[in-house]
Amino acid sequence: MDNHQSVVRVHELVKRYGERAVVDGASFEIARGETFALLGPNGAGKSTTIEILEGYRDRTSGVAEVLGTDPGKGSLDWKRRLGIVLQSSGETGNATVREQLRHFARFYPAPRDVDEVIAAVGLEAQAGQLIRKLSGGQRRRVDVALGIIGRPELLFLDEPTTGFDPEARRRFWDLIRSLKAEGTSILLTTHYLDEAAQLADRAGVIAGGSIVAIGAVHELGGAEAWTPAVRWREEGRMHEHRTTTPGAVVAALQSRLGVEPQGLEIVRPTLEDVYLQLIGAAEPTTAPDAATDREVRS
Amino acid sequence: MTSLTASARRQQHPGALALGAARIGYEVRAYFRQPDSVFFTFLFPVLLLTIFATAFAEQEFGRDADGEVVTAAAYYLPSMLAAGILLSGLQNLAIDIAVERGDGTLKRLAGTPLPVVSYFIGKLGQVLVTGATQAVLVIGVAAIAFRVPLPTTPEAWLTVLWVFLLGVLTSAVLGIALSRVPRSGKSATAVVIPIVLVLQFVSGVYLQFSLLPEWLQSIANVFPVAWAAHGMRAALLPDTLAVLEQGEAWNLPGVALVSGAWLVGGLVLCLLTFRWIRKDG
Repeated sequence: MDNHQSVVRVHELVKRYGERAVVDGASFEIARGETFALLGPNGAGKSTTIEILEGYRDRTSGVAEVLGTDPGKGSLDWKRRLGIVLQSSGETGNATVREQLRHFARFYPAPRDVDEVIAAVGLEAQAGQLIRKLSGGQRRRVDVALGIIGRPELLFLDEPTTGFDPEARRRFWDLIRSLKAEGTSILLTTHYLDEAAQLADRAGVIAGGSIVAIGAVHELGGAEAWTPAVRWREEGRMHEHRTTTPGAVVAALQSRLGVEPQGLEIVRPTLEDVYLQLIGAAEPTTAPDAATDREVRS
Repeated sequence: MTSLTASARRQQHPGALALGAARIGYEVRAYFRQPDSVFFTFLFPVLLLTIFATAFAEQEFGRDADGEVVTAAAYYLPSMLAAGILLSGLQNLAIDIAVERGDGTLKRLAGTPLPVVSYFIGKLGQVLVTGATQAVLVIGVAAIAFRVPLPTTPEAWLTVLWVFLLGVLTSAVLGIALSRVPRSGKSATAVVIPIVLVLQFVSGVYLQFSLLPEWLQSIANVFPVAWAAHGMRAALLPDTLAVLEQGEAWNLPGVALVSGAWLVGGLVLCLLTFRWIRKDG
């Protein structure tokens, strides 16, 4: 990847607290216009990494570059090009949604239209309400709105949809897609793997402070990890056969049994299945080794 | 619904002063929407003035040149103005900023291109606006409800004005500096309130300064609160009461000197210590 095309460049990044390395040699790049998801369990180093890139934390060693700048030395001009949605917010909220957005819009040279942003996050009905009176999910939407009000080139989203109801989540996805269409580069962390699968072009899986897998979302972990499984019930037990040719397996199964197989399904691994394999917490049923018949307790 | 207009409208950077002015409006609105700050900071001096004026209604605090009695309300008016300066500046900002550091407000601002100086302008402006409104309210209640005779010379009002401005700015700057001390937003009140209370007691805000022992008066005179009270007494009390002061005279140069020193020291401290967030090194 050409460095000039990268909005984020992280190389051998290390963050230590005393003897403990929270980030331990992580490397990845994000291309301009790309949406990159950083996935990993709690405590894996996701938030520390993202906060180093946002300029909130100093790194111990390694390279970190955001829009060509060392985030530890980011100027106001640099901040004008960023949008940051932090993980949590517990602010007093003594401004209305519209007041807050109008106020923050003033900080930026070319802000978005306030009412348009309010509509984009679906808070039209709450625009005149004090933020402290909103529900958790609604406050989270205000956070997102504040992150995009300045028309950022690069948007950091640290678990943005926590507390969203399903409809708000879908709406958020639409919003992110429209930001992508405008060319906004996005770094996303999330615990919702379906969200990462929906939004991200590429993803990196971080565990123990380093990147254990990186690539296009639907190739993460290699082709093997995405092998479909044929499942059916036979003599009271669940059977599973992982194969790249599920049609042939089903046909063979049908002719062997002579009847319609019970509970037949062809399952393609989701990003969540692949992710769980990658961080070593996978259930035995989704282990990547099996192209063989195995019996699974029903 | 979720589509956004891609075109940018204005392109020049907003100036730090213009943003500071915008912060003042934002901060003042937030202040009056916070019941704690309205009661314990804004209305408190009026409340205390009412209590003192009522409790000591029968007492005589001296006589003016014409032999008229100085009432409790008249005697306590300068003290309550000094209390307002301390509450609106130091107590308000020390707690407010510590809470903002604890609840993520400062962290959010740190991620935006808001200049730190604009944030400061907003806080100082909020203190000036709310403190001045409070002072007008205290003086108004004293004059209307308790018939305190107000000075008629422009010189006296000019003194009220500069003692107020110097006092409230010093108090605000020291509040910003003190906001670094509480380790969390939740502990801010516990750290700040005792400091403010002790300062008020030893500085003769609640007690008659002239009745405090000389050594305690000398300690109090190290801090700017006592001087704000001296200055306000010089402006608002009849000159016949000057004999009760240390040195038996109003000491306005002392007000300027001590308060000015604290203002400069506080500013330096703020510039050296203020950070949006506690970085972890």
